[in-house]
Amino acid sequence: MNRLQQLFEKKKNNILSIYFTAGYPEIGATIKIAEALEKAGADFLEIGFPYSDPLADGPVIQNSSQVAIENGMTLKLLFQQLKDLRTRVTIPVLLMGYANPMIQYGVANFCKAAADAGVDGVIVPDLPLNEYEEIYQDDFIKNGLSNVFLVTPQTSNERIKKIDELSNGFIYLLSSSSTTGKSLNVSDEIGEYYERVKSLNPKNPLIIGFGISDKNSFMRANQYANGAIVGSAFVKTIGNAKDYLSHIPQFIRKIRD
Amino acid sequence: MNYRVNENGYYGDFGGAYIPEMLYPNIEQLKNQYLNIIAQPDFKAEFEDLLKNYVGRPSPLFLAKRLSEKYGAKIYLKREDLNHTGAHKVNNTVGQIILAEKLGKKRIIAETGAGQHGVATATVCALKGLECVIYMGEVDIERQAPNVARMKMMGATVIPATSGSKTLKDATNEAMRDWINNPVDTHYIIGSVVGPHPYPEMVSLFQSIISKETKQQLIEQTGNDQPDYVLACVGGGSNAMGMFYHFLDDENVKLIAAEAAGLGVNSGHSAATSVLGKEGVLHGSRTILMQTEDGQVVEPYSISAGLDYPGIGPQHAHLHKVKRVEYVSITDDEAMQASLLLSKMEGIIPAIESAHALAQLEKMTFKPDDVVVICLSGRGDKDLDTFMKYFKL
Repeated sequence: MNRLQQLFEKKKNNILSIYFTAGYPEIGATIKIAEALEKAGADFLEIGFPYSDPLADGPVIQNSSQVAIENGMTLKLLFQQLKDLRTRVTIPVLLMGYANPMIQYGVANFCKAAADAGVDGVIVPDLPLNEYEEIYQDDFIKNGLSNVFLVTPQTSNERIKKIDELSNGFIYLLSSSSTTGKSLNVSDEIGEYYERVKSLNPKNPLIIGFGISDKNSFMRANQYANGAIVGSAFVKTIGNAKDYLSHIPQFIRKIRD
Repeated sequence: MNYRVNENGYYGDFGGAYIPEMLYPNIEQLKNQYLNIIAQPDFKAEFEDLLKNYVGRPSPLFLAKRLSEKYGAKIYLKREDLNHTGAHKVNNTVGQIILAEKLGKKRIIAETGAGQHGVATATVCALKGLECVIYMGEVDIERQAPNVARMKMMGATVIPATSGSKTLKDATNEAMRDWINNPVDTHYIIGSVVGPHPYPEMVSLFQSIISKETKQQLIEQTGNDQPDYVLACVGGGSNAMGMFYHFLDDENVKLIAAEAAGLGVNSGHSAATSVLGKEGVLHGSRTILMQTEDGQVVEPYSISAGLDYPGIGPQHAHLHKVKRVEYVSITDDEAMQASLLLSKMEGIIPAIESAHALAQLEKMTFKPDDVVVICLSGRGDKDLDTFMKYFKL
């Protein structure tokens, strides 16, 4: 069992995950931010490896990705930085990014490097389900990595079942079909969609992301799911602050308390 | 050799649908329904009617006599430049707008580089009374001002893409983001043979009218539908796919695709994807693209906005890999000289994109009986500004 699976064994609700982009706002920030987030009370982390053309992202994460690339962040450098990860951070860590950088690195090499660094899972929104199952799944399983798939309000029950079957971490429930950084959709339809997913009795925990930015949206998401992910709101906060590390405890406290 | 798409959406190693889950329902709907819809008699009837009476097809196949004399071969121009809106792009938008209607979509989005696809999309949206939003790189909006005005005149909203290099690739990203955020009522009319399956196949089907007509016209004019050479320019590669489509299985017909070398293939300012690119994923398909060692997409450069794209369609990647099509590189200067030559010798001002294919003639040697067909994919009106500056007219 990896750290992510252990976490879900112990904790069933109000799980808080934070996304941030590696190499942003400065190249050496990656491990420092991870450490500060654990100390502040985040339950698990998603570290983004940047891509020049992030299709699923809104302006905030597009910008952090572009700055990170300009700062010199690459997958090679990220894996060097992550050599220190497990001496300083104990909570589960996932890597999140797009297929092309991972494919250029070599998916088998990527999975091995991630496992060696103590990474527990991977989220690659544009890696197709079929290709994962047929080509890449073995590399993930061999290295003990949980691959996480997204589900949207338009995803069919049949496909959700298939995703649940192929998942061994959690199901990433999108709060609406949107790019990252929009405000939370709180319509009745969305509540019905969460209920629809729950009624399928998935074996994996449900974590809601996209549009979670503060205490209200975090609590609302937790009415339906085991936890929620904050991305753009956090990236925006650290991007605006000079002494960005000192803002992290307060950011987490505001969501938790 | 099989050059067509397989049931999983792949051409050999290339293609597929590398898309986030948010796009999956739309792509799946399209994949499951488009072949059925375009096979229906009412679709066919409307498509053929619009191509004939609105676009002005068939486009002529013109024997360019003075050019033929100069190069010592029989050179035919497939005159896509004479289509309504001035380029081949409209063949695809006519097909997709009828399809969008049948899918019950109310809102149309598209990306555009040179503005030709944007204009062709705005045109068919006006024809059908559908809302139209065009994404265009901020840089391209500046260098293609007349096309921006044409789109606006026909009622389209033009939204500048301000991310990345602010050109075609970024306009495509923005259009895909729009589709993610509007998953139900919107159809995305992709303008080239790129993007997730089924787009490359669907767009090349709509463009295949180019080679279908060419074959008929060759029989009428020469008695033989097997030319020696067929040439076209490639950005994403839609006019080339249309021009090659019905010749792919005629292995004796040599197919040549001209890419934009910009200031030179190795100058650092180029869009010669087949030379500079490596296999990877761009805009939803596995293909060849220009990228760094870390897998970041490299900004391309070409004097022609329509070829300024860091990838090629997945079928082109396959045709390149199996060597069915020869991919050649043409610099800005070579294309500009070819534009001038065609203007002076035949009284036809070509789009700078199309002139990349014409420029290849300089590098070939022919036998007198050789029959050469070149796709003149668009006209040069939109490029007058560039011509005026370059030639100090």
